[in-house]
Amino acid sequence: MKAQASTKPTIVAPQIFWGRRIAAAILLVIMGFAFKSMATNPRFEWDAVARYLFHPEILSGVVVTIELTALAMIIGVIGAVILALMRLSGNPVLVVMSTAYIWFFRGTPQLVQIIFWGFLGALYPDFVLGIPGTDVIFFTAPTSSVIGAFTAALLALGLNEAAYASEVVRAGILSVNFGQIEAAHSLGLTPSRAMRKIVLPQAMRVVIPPLGNAVIGMLKTTSLVSVIAGHDLLTNAQSIYNNTYEIIPLLLVASFWYLVMTTVLSVFQAWLERKFNKGVRRPPNLIIAMLKDRSLREQQSLAMQRSIAESNAASEVADVGR
Amino acid sequence: MSAGNVPFLAIEGVHKFFGADHILRGIDLQVDKGEVICILGRSGSGKSTLLRTINALEPVSAGRIALNGELIGYHEKGDRLYPLGAVALARQRTKIGMVFQGFNLFPHMTVLENITMAPKMVLSVPAREAEEQARHFLEKVGMSDKASVYPTSLSGGQQQRVAIARSLAMKPELILFDEPTSALDPELVGEVLSVMQQLAADGMTMLVVTHELRFARDVSDVTVLMHNGRIEEMGPTKDVMSAPKTKAAQGFFASLN
Repeated sequence: MKAQASTKPTIVAPQIFWGRRIAAAILLVIMGFAFKSMATNPRFEWDAVARYLFHPEILSGVVVTIELTALAMIIGVIGAVILALMRLSGNPVLVVMSTAYIWFFRGTPQLVQIIFWGFLGALYPDFVLGIPGTDVIFFTAPTSSVIGAFTAALLALGLNEAAYASEVVRAGILSVNFGQIEAAHSLGLTPSRAMRKIVLPQAMRVVIPPLGNAVIGMLKTTSLVSVIAGHDLLTNAQSIYNNTYEIIPLLLVASFWYLVMTTVLSVFQAWLERKFNKGVRRPPNLIIAMLKDRSLREQQSLAMQRSIAESNAASEVADVGR
Repeated sequence: MSAGNVPFLAIEGVHKFFGADHILRGIDLQVDKGEVICILGRSGSGKSTLLRTINALEPVSAGRIALNGELIGYHEKGDRLYPLGAVALARQRTKIGMVFQGFNLFPHMTVLENITMAPKMVLSVPAREAEEQARHFLEKVGMSDKASVYPTSLSGGQQQRVAIARSLAMKPELILFDEPTSALDPELVGEVLSVMQQLAADGMTMLVVTHELRFARDVSDVTVLMHNGRIEEMGPTKDVMSAPKTKAAQGFFASLN
């Protein structure tokens, strides 16, 4: 039989999803109206927003929020790793202690914990550093001078975060195949080296997405420290509008900066995920694939036509030869 | 038997319980340097467990295992054995390589990093020297062109060959193979077995738990047949395989044909 070898092969066009296109169009229209209303409504006081956007008190609030977030997360993550390792240690005392810590810090309101640390001086007026059970004292001072508002806020946020993040870290550690640990041991790595070099880097892959969530959550939880007079972004914005009554614009200013910080963190998180996903096969990034899609599809279409033409030509040759 | 009447590897009266299950019921086995020993037996006969006790991945319940006269995993005090500390145990394990059924390559490291990591970290080999050695061993297992890729992009057979190179890079005195080809597609088994055959020809001491009878027949000096936690039959491979004496061995070989 002779193959139908036309010079112009019949190419199948990609399917068009009309429902999705209509849904997208409707959403775009709604978004447009929402933006227009926000931009033209004078009660948003955009001029006041512009005036306060780079106000020194706002900027110093941004710095304090970043400092609190970063330091609290460092305390939180170190605490989380310790708690997770205690929980996985198999020693009943360590397991119970870790579980009790998590139970307590997850079970009491964060606000209560912040107030508690802020007013620690009322419970323990003197801070004493010495050897318990003896009279040896190295250092003593009023508690309020050792643990100021910033330190109290840091302890409250960090110790609370440790409880939540420890479950994330534990899940990450458990996600690593036990064979990895055995292979590390068989190569002469001690358990602690195997943990640092083999287990934790692989656990990172599982841990980063929820931990990124936690950092972004922490960014906004820092605003709770207003109750003990920490000078974070939202607190400073509030203290300005308490005098000027420009409540909406200042909340917009604060939200703008929170969004900026969240965006930077999201980009950083994406970079970290790529770094720790080395050696893992996973589907390509959807948005990047979409941007590349058009030119890719054209290339593919050309390649397809060429390949079809070639194989048609080949079968023609074969037919002639027969 | 090796010099000074101290056997190279001596396993004496090893018992192992998992809870109430008596998995190893008194294992005695001596291995000379350069010997290749295949351990055969049905699944559940204890052969993998025995292999794993040799580098103390599995603690024993009773008995002693010694390499060149040095107790593995324990130190002796009075009439009891006490587990070694983590550092001392890790040092002993550098002398005993292990190749796993599931390869267990480190997925977050390239092939080269997989091989250089332990020599650099544990043996303090300088980075450049470790890399040179790694490339040498990669060539030995026929994987030179894959040094910079990540393990997930390799086939099972390639991964297992890298795992063998990783083990060789520690310059071990013996290598334990725990069903090294059982997780492989049939067409990939050969490439791993031929690497192992080459190792045997180079004089490496090898203990191989396997289901590959042809490999056992062609390569191993001694065949050990395990059944219900005991060594039922042991001897020169050609004797055990051509004329098994015990019922357990006869039954095992008959069930495979």
